[in-house]
Amino acid sequence: MVEFNLPKNSRIQVGKTYKAPAGAKRARNFKIYRWNADDGKNPQTDTYELDLDDCGPMVLDALIKIKNEVDPTLTFRRSCREGICGSCAMNIDGTNTLACLKPIDECKGDVRINPLPHMPVVKDLVPDLSGAYAQLRSIEPWLQSDTPPPPDGERRQSKEERAQLDGMWECILCFCCTTSCPSYWWNGDRYLGPAVLLAAWRFIADSRDENTGARLDALEDPFKLYRCHTIMNCTQTCPKGLNPAKAIAQIKTLMLERQG
Amino acid sequence: MADAKDIHVDIMRSELGRARGMGAAKSGVGHWWGQRVSALALAPLTLWFIYSVLSLGSASHEAVLAWASGPLTLVLLLTLAGMTFYHMQLGLQTVIEDYVHDEGKRLLALLLVKGAAILLAVTAIVSILKIGL
Repeated sequence: MVEFNLPKNSRIQVGKTYKAPAGAKRARNFKIYRWNADDGKNPQTDTYELDLDDCGPMVLDALIKIKNEVDPTLTFRRSCREGICGSCAMNIDGTNTLACLKPIDECKGDVRINPLPHMPVVKDLVPDLSGAYAQLRSIEPWLQSDTPPPPDGERRQSKEERAQLDGMWECILCFCCTTSCPSYWWNGDRYLGPAVLLAAWRFIADSRDENTGARLDALEDPFKLYRCHTIMNCTQTCPKGLNPAKAIAQIKTLMLERQG
Repeated sequence: MADAKDIHVDIMRSELGRARGMGAAKSGVGHWWGQRVSALALAPLTLWFIYSVLSLGSASHEAVLAWASGPLTLVLLLTLAGMTFYHMQLGLQTVIEDYVHDEGKRLLALLLVKGAAILLAVTAIVSILKIGL
C-alpha cells in the first residue's frame, strides 16, 4: 500500500539555528531541510536567520548567501540564476518552484525550503532525478523522420505548424511538475509524469516528426499515461507558466481519435 | 559511515531499463473513455431517478408498482443500474491501481471489486424486472 507516514529513519527533526548578525533590521528565518548520507542521522530542519537588507531579493540569493557566509556545508544545485537551466528546482513555502525566480517577499512568515518531494535525496536540497531523466529518454525526445532532409538540411514548417509547439518548447525540465503530482508519488516507477508526457506531446505535435503512431503506441498504457487523473498540480506549480495537464489531455484525445 | 562490505545493492538494472519496464500494455483508452461516457450517462439518469423518487414520496405501493412497470421507466431503471455498477467498477479499479502496489493484493482486490460489481448489477436488474414485469 501507499505509505502515508515517513519511515522512522526519515522523520524530520529540529536542527541547528544560526542567528542573524546583531543589528539586523529585517531579519527573516529560512528553515531548510538538511540530510546527508554520511552521518547516519535523521533529516533535520536548520534555521538560518538572515537580514533581508543585506541579501538579494530571490530565495536563491538567500541560499547563496547562507552557503558563502554562514554555512558552507549547505548543498543545493544552481547554475543560471535566471530560470532557464532548471537546476534550482525545490519546494519553497510548500510549492515546487525555481529558487532563482521566487522572490523572498512572496513567502509568508518563515521561508520553508525542502527538496523536490518524493524523490530520493542525494544531500540536503539535491534530489536524485536519474529515474526521471531515464523516463524522459524512454520517450525518445528527438525528431524522428524517415524522409531525408531537403538538400539545404532545413526541415520546414508552416507558421501554423510551428505554433503547435508553443507552450512545449519552453519546458526546461526542472521536474517541478512531475514531483508535485500525487499520481507520480504513488506510481513514479511506472507513470511517466507530467514533464515527460509534455515532452512526448512536443514530438507528437511536431509536424516534422513522422513517428506519431509509434509514439502513441509507446504511451498507450494504464500506468505510463492513464495514471494522470487531471489533478492539475503540474499546471499550478510550473515556474514557467506552462500547462502539462493540457498536453496530457491532448495525448488522451489523440489516443481516442485514432480508435475511429 | 557504513563499511563498504555492509552495503547491499539490490537493484543494478539500469535506470533506462527500469523506465522502459514492460513496455506499453496497448490498452487504457477503453477504460478511460468508458469512465467518461458512463459518467455522462449517469448525470441525467441519476437526476431523473432522484426526481422520480421524490415525486413518488407519498405515493401508495400500487402507484409505485404502476410507475415501475411503465416501459420507459423500466428501460431507464435498467440502464441506470447497469451504468452505475459499470462506472463503479471502473472507478474502483483506478483507485486500486493507484494505491495497491503488491501484485497479488492488487489482483485479489480487482477480482473482488469486479465480482461484487457483477453480483450487485445482476441483483439490481433482477429486482427491477421482478417488480416491473
